[in-house]
Amino acid sequence: MKNVYENEMKLEFLSKSSNESFARITVAAFASQLDPSLEEIADIKTAVSEAVTNCIIHGYEEKEGIIKIKCKLFANSIEIEISDNGKGIEDIEKARQVLYTSKSELERSGMGFTIMESFMDEVKVESVLGVGTKVTMKKMIKVTDGIEEMKVRL
Amino acid sequence: MKVEYEKKDKLLILKITEEIDHHSCEKIKKRADYEIEIHIPKKVVFDFSNVNFMDSSGIGMIIGRYKLVKMFGGKMELINVKPSIKKILEMSGILKLISIEETGGSEFEKCI
Ligand SMILES: Nc1ncnc2c1ncn2[C@@H]1O[C@H](COP(=O)(O)OP(=O)(O)O)[C@@H](O)[C@H]1O
Ligand SMILES: [Mg+2]
Repeated sequence: MKNVYENEMKLEFLSKSSNESFARITVAAFASQLDPSLEEIADIKTAVSEAVTNCIIHGYEEKEGIIKIKCKLFANSIEIEISDNGKGIEDIEKARQVLYTSKSELERSGMGFTIMESFMDEVKVESVLGVGTKVTMKKMIKVTDGIEEMKVRL
Repeated sequence: MKVEYEKKDKLLILKITEEIDHHSCEKIKKRADYEIEIHIPKKVVFDFSNVNFMDSSGIGMIIGRYKLVKMFGGKMELINVKPSIKKILEMSGILKLISIEETGGSEFEKCI
């Protein structure tokens, strides 16, 4: 089936922790065009918060840098790309393991990637040491009955 | 954060009034540690009734406070936790150490 609906937005902001809520709320507001359930919105907010926080704490290690978010909407899914030009990840497989954290001194729990993976349908991590990290996440949004009916009529 | 201390029962109630993320956690940790250290409570209750969002930063924050409370021989409990937040707590495994009480136990009700 051809995509009934497509849309895209880009966001760029400084790696300040005060932007964490700005980022997740903005992505959630954009995603709301797909009419997601409250649970789906909560999942998206949490996953975005995890990825953005990682850019700030691990990518830039609290120094100033730029975080980019690219967000695409399809008929029944959303794709969110979150990237930094920070220090990069040496061993992605190890980083994605449950409870692994390189910053336990900061009381990090090592649950970030695990939460992203369980709240989203797909999580891809690309990283180059000294160049940066890009996390791409996809989530299917269940189409509610009303909209499904509308599409049939269209 | 709203703080209440019940001297008789050595019960410290910390009501978090904001979303819990890496940004807000710094402030929450400082205040909670301060209150725990001056009161040395027997029990610390984190009231989540006004918390609509928490990410994994909150897990680290809770574990950190739990360690401190336990060091002083106290217990910890979470109350009024919303389903979306419960999902994250369950995933982290910390509910094996810290219990969630459904809408304020009788002991808590007496204190407010
Ligand atoms: N954007 C990033 N840049 C560099 N390293 C990262 C980035 N995101 C994650 N990491 C690495 O992956 C590890 C695991 O991340 P995560 O699961 O979110 O746990 P936590 O943030 O609690 O450490 C981090 O400790 C860090 O070493
Ligand atoms: Mg993280």
